[in-house]
Amino acid sequence: MSTLAVHDHGVVHHEEGHEHHHKATFLNTYVFSQDHKYIAKQFLVTGIIMAFIAMSLSILFRIQLAYPDKSFPLLETLLGRFAPGGRLSADFYMSLVTIHGTIMVFFVLTAGLSGTFANLLIPLQIGARDMASPFVNMLSYWFFLTACIIMLSSFFVQKGPASGGWTIYPPLSALPKAMSGSAEGMTLWLISMVSFVASSLMGGINYVSTVLNMRTKGMDLWKMPLTIWALFLTAILGVLSFPVLVAGIVLLIFDRSFGTSFYLSDIVLNGQVQPYVGGSPILFEHLFWFLGHPEVYIVIMPAMGISSEVIAVNSRKPIFGYHAMVYSLIGITLLSFIVWGHHMFVTGMNPFLGGVFMITTLIIAVPSAVKTFNWLATLWRGNIRFTPAMLFAIGMVSFFISGGLTGIFLGNAALDINLHDTYFVVAHFHLVMGSAAIFGMLAGVYHWFPKMYRRVMDERLGYLHFWLTFIGAYLVFFPMHFMGLDGVPRRYYAFTEFESMKRWLTVNTFITWAAIMSGLAQVAFIFNFVYSIFWGKKTVQNPWNANTLEWTAPIEHFHGNWTGEIPTVYRWPYDYSKPGADEDFIPQTVPFSQTMASNLPHDFEDNPAGLEHHTQWELANKANEQVK
Amino acid sequence: MGFKQLINGIGLLNTFKNKHLVKNSKKLSSFFAVLMLSGTSLVMAQSVSTADSITAAEKSTMWTGVAYYVLLFLVACFCVAILGKILKVYDLSLKMQGKKGLNWNNIMGITCAIFLVAGLYGAYWSLTVQGSMSLPEAASAHGGAIDDMFNLTTVLTLIVFVITQVALFGFLFLYRGSDKRKAYFYPHNNTIEKIWTVVPAIVLTMLVVFGFFTWQKVMDTTPGKNDLNIDVTGHQFAWELRYPGRDGKLGAVNFTLANGSNVLGIDFRDRYSLDDLRADTLVLPVNHSIRINLHAQDVIHSFYLPHFRVQLNAVPGLPTFFKFVPTITTAEMRMKTDNPKFEYLLYCNKICGAAHYNMQKVIRVVSEPEYQDWIARQKPYLNDQLKKELKLAEVKSTDPKKTPSNRLALNN
Repeated sequence: MSTLAVHDHGVVHHEEGHEHHHKATFLNTYVFSQDHKYIAKQFLVTGIIMAFIAMSLSILFRIQLAYPDKSFPLLETLLGRFAPGGRLSADFYMSLVTIHGTIMVFFVLTAGLSGTFANLLIPLQIGARDMASPFVNMLSYWFFLTACIIMLSSFFVQKGPASGGWTIYPPLSALPKAMSGSAEGMTLWLISMVSFVASSLMGGINYVSTVLNMRTKGMDLWKMPLTIWALFLTAILGVLSFPVLVAGIVLLIFDRSFGTSFYLSDIVLNGQVQPYVGGSPILFEHLFWFLGHPEVYIVIMPAMGISSEVIAVNSRKPIFGYHAMVYSLIGITLLSFIVWGHHMFVTGMNPFLGGVFMITTLIIAVPSAVKTFNWLATLWRGNIRFTPAMLFAIGMVSFFISGGLTGIFLGNAALDINLHDTYFVVAHFHLVMGSAAIFGMLAGVYHWFPKMYRRVMDERLGYLHFWLTFIGAYLVFFPMHFMGLDGVPRRYYAFTEFESMKRWLTVNTFITWAAIMSGLAQVAFIFNFVYSIFWGKKTVQNPWNANTLEWTAPIEHFHGNWTGEIPTVYRWPYDYSKPGADEDFIPQTVPFSQTMASNLPHDFEDNPAGLEHHTQWELANKANEQVK
Repeated sequence: MGFKQLINGIGLLNTFKNKHLVKNSKKLSSFFAVLMLSGTSLVMAQSVSTADSITAAEKSTMWTGVAYYVLLFLVACFCVAILGKILKVYDLSLKMQGKKGLNWNNIMGITCAIFLVAGLYGAYWSLTVQGSMSLPEAASAHGGAIDDMFNLTTVLTLIVFVITQVALFGFLFLYRGSDKRKAYFYPHNNTIEKIWTVVPAIVLTMLVVFGFFTWQKVMDTTPGKNDLNIDVTGHQFAWELRYPGRDGKLGAVNFTLANGSNVLGIDFRDRYSLDDLRADTLVLPVNHSIRINLHAQDVIHSFYLPHFRVQLNAVPGLPTFFKFVPTITTAEMRMKTDNPKFEYLLYCNKICGAAHYNMQKVIRVVSEPEYQDWIARQKPYLNDQLKKELKLAEVKSTDPKKTPSNRLALNN
């Protein structure tokens, strides 16, 4: 998995004498590295590979949806028994959507996103030499990689990978005879996810403790960049909700393998009466969505944090309403634990509960709206520099608006009756958490690539990549809303069996070609990524003129991040274009005493001594001017 | 959804334009489809009938097809690379002449403005053309309320959508970077922030209240005297229907009794079950309160009637029900949609296995006399073979205690 990264540095200035008692060998530098920066790169490269695999799966099932009656001999050559006669089998179609969803949600947008940027940015932006526990951090990656390998290995078992949808509702997933993917494929899925959650928990605990304990001098919580706030709250969410998923999964393993009936009752399968009594499939749905809903915020919050940072840096403006941004993140974190029932309005759960969950769900739209307006206000009267990272951050905002608004329909229990499990839902979450989160991740990759690989990615290829992907994603997902409004259910292998759905075939064809276009656009990214690692333009220490702490660290990588003392922090990270300052940015490490001309009374809110000093200086300055 | 009506409402002014658009778009999309289809069928695909055995010759054509596409892609990459080089050379020559190089901030800012205009037009096009393909008006009493709710939400969200996207891409264009300007240092403004916290909160409260009452009304659980009880049981991959006989009541069901001849596991010791009727089509009398009792035998299925705005999961071990009143007969709907072949359909809308995509049933809404006529012709579940098996001739079903017929889905 990490072969790409293995060859990445030419020279490694690894041993600086401090913090190191063991000898740097090839193995502990490039494979079992405990350096957070290297682990971040391992997460990133693994995440990108998984994203490409999951994307290819989606193209495969898009081809089936566009040409349900056509045969593609190539598919049989590639997939063998999964595509007899050159057409995907219905079973394998289900496997494709299941594994596409699982990989994208968990392996790319959770581990690939949080794993990469929490590892890279937390120590660098709060001023720490490494994570609280580098060893656990390393284990977190290796558990993740194990999970990836187990998940992919399920393509090689006789009956194919899990196929009950990424939500794996029992009884479908609990009864091996209910569908072919519920046999060995499902077992592998469950094992893989247990390993994944272990990885996620180890990472999460590390991130939380690092942020809480290892901030440099002067870095109080209200001086942290929004990326850190977002990654910190994401880690808390993960630590509190992932264990519930494990509980759900373990009970499912019991039902599958040890004959218990936690989720099973009153079952007659293929005319055979089954012995299960007393369980409830609804219990699994509760356990699953108790993670599942926080999970979508685990996916989107790091993207929000990254976008906030990138937008502020590239608009050359402070993020608008920093406190409101933090409080809205906290609000989202808290509320996300009490909205899970909106996935279950029509499961037969008590309708009164549906009403309650509808209220909590629509409340969570308020902090989301605040965030959106604050991003817009940040752009207002900025001096916008269109780096590829900036474009992706903007794309993230655009997708978040478009997808978020349809959430208001789906969060409304009454409307959900007719929209539940239709293409409207597919359109909604692919925009709001799929595209938005992946754009946040790409913004982060373009922005912090110089920090990771000491070179800059090519801008023009970045522009090409952005516009093709951005337009492609809208072309793919926008029409899906209307299929949903026509009551077309998701996870249908073909639309040919229903007369009323046939008219959507041309739209499906169009969507498939748009998807292929955006898929091919990723070649521009991967080429740019790999090429820039080796031959990209060398970076300067602070390529974006940013304020945050990571750009004060030397370009050269070594375990420990800073030579000598870790810099002290004096101010918040968003002093961009401050009137009175010479440059349009003032790094966090610059004390107020050096920037007397640009200081504002607001800068000394919690610092009466400083405020007094500031007023005196202002008075003296005014007096001087009058004398002149 | 009620989308169609909404669009018709908005689009009265543009009827002519819309028609024109639809025509154009149909042409366009069919042209596009033909192009794509012919492309693929030429080089990659064969019709299903001939694809059973792939001969060596076909394999070689397949690989030529693949090679063709790979080559096409490489050519595209090559063109992009050349374009990139040309841009670079142009940029360099500008710089050599002492001018500033290409100003990417301007280029991207203008692209954003173009995207805004094109995107808004695209959204409008999609809304009118594809939006008009959405479901016809609700065919149930409660559906109207849902559609109203939907229309209100659509109008509100569309306003927000347009304002925010225009602001987003508008700002990008207006405030594209320049060396001459400095950004405006504006870290916060508590008044504005309060306004845009409170206003969405008020709007959402309104939607929540409206939605809450609509939901309560739709999910009405009070038993009515005249409810027509129908049992619908889902299993891989079909729906079984059970209508009550003359007594108007459905008999008890016990899953352990299920077998080849008694598919649903009907408990024939319950005398109410003796006259229960089997049906193939879900026939419903118009303007009559219907109570669908949902069961699933193997995995979760979802009982989805999009035209009636009805959906509820059928969960094994958890009987649920949905009450609604159909208001438009199939015949009337055929007139309204101008489609003589129109049928109401029941879809399965929860992934339930490989054939999930084809688990449908036809629903007919008919007038009361037609319904009576139809129900009189349905056969009871208790057929002669079952009678023989159960030796019911001797058994007198005198058990006065009715087993509880349904557990309600209340506290789950």
